[in-house]
Amino acid sequence: MTVCEILDPLLTAESWKQAGREVAIATVIETWGSAPRPTGSHLVIDGEGNFEGSVSGGCVEGAVITEALDVIESGAPKMLEFGVADETAWRVGLSCGGRIRVYVERLG
Amino acid sequence: MQLEVLTKLNAARRSRRAAVVVTNLANDQVQVILEGERVSGLLGEETAKAFRSGKAGTVEVEGRSLFLNVHLPPPRIVVIGAVHISQALARLAPVAGYDLTIIDPRTAFATEERFEGVELIADWPEDVLKDHPLDAYTALAAVTHDPKIDDFPLSEALRVGCFYVGALGSRKTHAKRVERLKEMGRTDNEIGRIAAPIGLDIGAASPAEIALATLAQIVQAFRRRDLVTAG
Repeated sequence: MTVCEILDPLLTAESWKQAGREVAIATVIETWGSAPRPTGSHLVIDGEGNFEGSVSGGCVEGAVITEALDVIESGAPKMLEFGVADETAWRVGLSCGGRIRVYVERLG
Repeated sequence: MQLEVLTKLNAARRSRRAAVVVTNLANDQVQVILEGERVSGLLGEETAKAFRSGKAGTVEVEGRSLFLNVHLPPPRIVVIGAVHISQALARLAPVAGYDLTIIDPRTAFATEERFEGVELIADWPEDVLKDHPLDAYTALAAVTHDPKIDDFPLSEALRVGCFYVGALGSRKTHAKRVERLKEMGRTDNEIGRIAAPIGLDIGAASPAEIALATLAQIVQAFRRRDLVTAG
């Protein structure tokens, strides 16, 4: 594997699955305003919470990983939406002020 | 998404074939369409549009909400010259997602030992480019300083419209190069596209720093290519 392949989430997802690991794929479906990663970006997650790739600049990955574990468990895809972090500072959000929609599906 | 679908997509990406992934957001059905495959109806039109623009997005087709994700082949870099700068560039390029090939007929420079794991062709650019033609998704960096090796691929890169053409050498060296390229039939406009001295001006001094400045300039040329053609 070249460096470029190690950093490629979709190649990672394929090799994880072939090694018998459960895998979910998260994809940025839509962005509004200033979003750190463009539409089509991927984050892939395994059943243990290991991940590769990104759907934001690290702002919402934690929440996506948690949801992905649910998706792996149930098999039902989920649509997630994240917006600008409001005054309830503990809520997950995008500090850059944008909004994104992320689709999470299980790799079957 | 099923593993077979992902395997087909990754195989296409590995062989530099463009692909569109169509996800039906209502029922989780996913299909991969490769460039050149025939798709009828409105979906066919939408995928053709996606291949052209390279942009992902959601479309409505016959009442279904479909997400189209586009995977175009990664841009590649052809380096003329197996020199010290190329050794660093060959390490940096894959991290940024660029494929890289080095061409240098001088077998003393083009050795496996100096370029382990790198696609290296120890032959004259005139001969190599016949089988590996340059295209609009290719960046060409000529770094040998030797007109006998650099001039032909530079002229060829300008002729076919490589998205980036860079040449190593001082302003004085470049002035002489400009004269030679004119004699080879290149226009002033074409020659004006050459990045020379090569690389973004970050005060690069070492070979590795020049490689970094060159890679940054290649990324800039690629990301802004639409603005250039629109302007």
